[in-house]
Amino acid sequence: MTDTAQERPDPENLADTGLSETGVERVSYLRAGHTLKSWLLTTDHKRIAILYMIAITFFFFVGGVAAALVRLDLLTPAGDLMSNEGYNRAFTLHGVVMVWFFLIPSIPNTFGNFLLPLMIGARDLAFPRLNLLSWYIFMVAGVFTLLVLILGGVDTGWTFYTPMSSMFAHGQVVLAATAVFVAGFSSILTGLNFIVTVHRLRCPGMTWGRLPLFVWSIYATSLILVLATPVLSVTLALIAAERLFGLGVFDPALGGDPLLYQHLFWFYSHPAVYIMVLPALGVVSELVAAAARKPIFGYSFVAGSSMAIAVLGFFVWGHHMFVSGQSMYASAVFSFLSIAVAIPSGIKVYNWTATLYKGHISLDPPFLFAMAFIGLFVVGGLTGLILAMLAVDVHVHDTYFVVAHFHYIMVGGAVSAYFGALHFWWPKMFGRNYSLVWGRISALFIFLGFNLTFFPQFLLGYLGMPRRYHVYPPEFQVLHVLSSAGATILGLAYAMPFVYLLHALRYGSPAGPNPWGATGLEWQTGSPPPKHNFETPPVVTRPAYDYHIEMERDDDG
Amino acid sequence: MSDFVTLWPGQASAYSGEVDLLIGAFTVLILLLSAPVFILIVVFATKYRRGKPANRRHAPNRNVWLEVSWTLVPFLLLIGFYIWSTDLFVRLYHPPAGALEIDVVAKQWMWKFKHPEGQGEIDELHVPSGEPVRLVMASQDVVHSLFVPALRLKQDVVPGRYTSMWFTAGKPGTYRLACAEFCGTDHSVMGGSIVVMAPADYARWLEEAGTEGTLAAEGAALFRSRGCSGCHGPSATVHAPDLAGLYMRPVPLSDGTTVIADAQYLRDSILLPQAQIAAGYPAIMPTFANVLDEEEVLKLVAYIKSLKGGEEGQ
Repeated sequence: MTDTAQERPDPENLADTGLSETGVERVSYLRAGHTLKSWLLTTDHKRIAILYMIAITFFFFVGGVAAALVRLDLLTPAGDLMSNEGYNRAFTLHGVVMVWFFLIPSIPNTFGNFLLPLMIGARDLAFPRLNLLSWYIFMVAGVFTLLVLILGGVDTGWTFYTPMSSMFAHGQVVLAATAVFVAGFSSILTGLNFIVTVHRLRCPGMTWGRLPLFVWSIYATSLILVLATPVLSVTLALIAAERLFGLGVFDPALGGDPLLYQHLFWFYSHPAVYIMVLPALGVVSELVAAAARKPIFGYSFVAGSSMAIAVLGFFVWGHHMFVSGQSMYASAVFSFLSIAVAIPSGIKVYNWTATLYKGHISLDPPFLFAMAFIGLFVVGGLTGLILAMLAVDVHVHDTYFVVAHFHYIMVGGAVSAYFGALHFWWPKMFGRNYSLVWGRISALFIFLGFNLTFFPQFLLGYLGMPRRYHVYPPEFQVLHVLSSAGATILGLAYAMPFVYLLHALRYGSPAGPNPWGATGLEWQTGSPPPKHNFETPPVVTRPAYDYHIEMERDDDG
Repeated sequence: MSDFVTLWPGQASAYSGEVDLLIGAFTVLILLLSAPVFILIVVFATKYRRGKPANRRHAPNRNVWLEVSWTLVPFLLLIGFYIWSTDLFVRLYHPPAGALEIDVVAKQWMWKFKHPEGQGEIDELHVPSGEPVRLVMASQDVVHSLFVPALRLKQDVVPGRYTSMWFTAGKPGTYRLACAEFCGTDHSVMGGSIVVMAPADYARWLEEAGTEGTLAAEGAALFRSRGCSGCHGPSATVHAPDLAGLYMRPVPLSDGTTVIADAQYLRDSILLPQAQIAAGYPAIMPTFANVLDEEEVLKLVAYIKSLKGGEEGQ
């Protein structure tokens, strides 16, 4: 992309600072109806993607405020900002909102919705009305969850462990479980829609072997959504039954088994980690190929590794339970499988690195986010291997080491990829370029702020700082202060893109159909795309990432 | 530096040192595995960045052997560490015979410890150094987790079952213990300390702490006062199993299976008597779930364990 915010829709008219529409914009999906109703009752996948984007941005903000409260409270060893109960409610709010209402829907429901039909040359998803329904279900569940968590208060953590949640917690556990239960239907419907779309709506020539890697990863994610979410729904229903009717399922006083809950919960929640990460892996494959102007090294290994992660991810849930009292033999097997699931992730990282070799690499914001992602994901993944080692996990389980590890994966990984996707496809979605300088600055500060926030937490964890602790021994204070300082930088860095991206909507220069010079069908239609995506139905004749070798003028060899 | 910020936890046992060695070696491995990625990304992004002349011809798009090797080599290295760490872990499940057994009951939000001679303490645990100690743990309410960072050990304490943890503490000192599993409002203050003492000091402490009788003796009193002896006693007219010598003996059940009468079985038989019916006996025992708490059950179990085979119960 050329960094010329001076380019105007009409270059002759110097008074025009970007307010006027371009010809492409006049026929785009953004202008295909201006009423609120045309948005709220739309079945256009692109508009629904925007609806999701607005919603999850809101939830990201709410979850972020809760995180800020937690970090602020942890500045001092004594619990002086909030009461013990208030602190427990704050981290429960943070976890529930971030996991179910930001991370899980983030990339699939915004970029998956927006890009999947464009990338495979379709006019829309297979079931456009179902798509709108899943947004409404998501909103109902989300708003209901917020009301319950903020007005009622729930103090179980996002994991809802029994018998704590079913028999002992004071808060509105049943209502919160109901809200998450309802949100699950949104996940299932979206996953189903994506699977059918990939199977049925690929344009002529778009064979499975030519699918963009983002589509592969969304497809793998959808399989998990459809297969794992019902288990969570059943589990939450059982908690409600135990709490309301005294049905003894998880509470030993009623003849139930608390470990059964943990097995069911992690059978969903571990694959849910891959729901959050697989789409991010797909995004990064796109960003790396576009930045290097080269085909992804080992396309079939990278595509296959997405499927391998989706399958293996179902067989590692027991690594959350090494000290729970489960059998020693079960732990040994789960430890082994957890090591195995790291292999396909490692393949991706090595293949991305190899993709850069002899590339023609741009250092624009999307690639900087992709680099940040790779770095943080590698740290998160390798510390995950440390946790898979049984003897080490016995020590660091349920400490800040785990907190740091999964934030490296979910925030350092998934959120960095989300911001990378935002910077890569923003010109496509809205037709305008944003400031590349500010994009680079925010990528840098997100990376630095993130590391300052979470790296000290690895040390805290090994020192023995348990998670969900409001009051802690004074010798941990220095590391906690560092972490809170990093969180401040991170919070500000996350806010920056909102300013320059929104500014670009109005004042950015028109992007043109393909500002990054990338391959892929989404770049062959206007920016923003017309309502029905393509003026003429596309036909694919070449593999994905079919870049020509680019040279500088004085390249040797 | 060390006054300002601590960066490594203290070690209270030889096992701690072994865990530290494992994580140290493993950290070296993951640095080796990840260094090429970090270094090459920076090198490539510099060397091949847009606007910089470089040789970009004949870039490979795939190389199956290379890909297979960077799949298999890390995997094989990891298997080595898997064996190492699993071997350490398995040891945690094999306490030496004759370990000093201390009962632990966790409840919102305190730790109660009971020594075999009957000495009890709350949120503070005294143990002798150089001697294996085994903690048998029960929870009165929700899931808790006993965590002693200096021992590199942690074990969840789960309602409805006994879990255990053993260690041989090294040098005397006072170490932090904490609850690691979120257990409600005051989770973060459910902690205390573990005091490792030279065996002679421990013996002196036991004497000073005083006691009203051993755990088994307290159990014997409960056995009478709660009416257990009415059916399981020698003069009982009810057809109930004799408990003498029962501990760790195989028990045939009415459904045809056989279980070992360990502490968990004894506990379940008191609290959930209908779950496992001993073969040949009528299922007439009432549950004591609402009568006895976990501490009392532990005393009864201690008493039943003390009944030697052949001798008469009580």
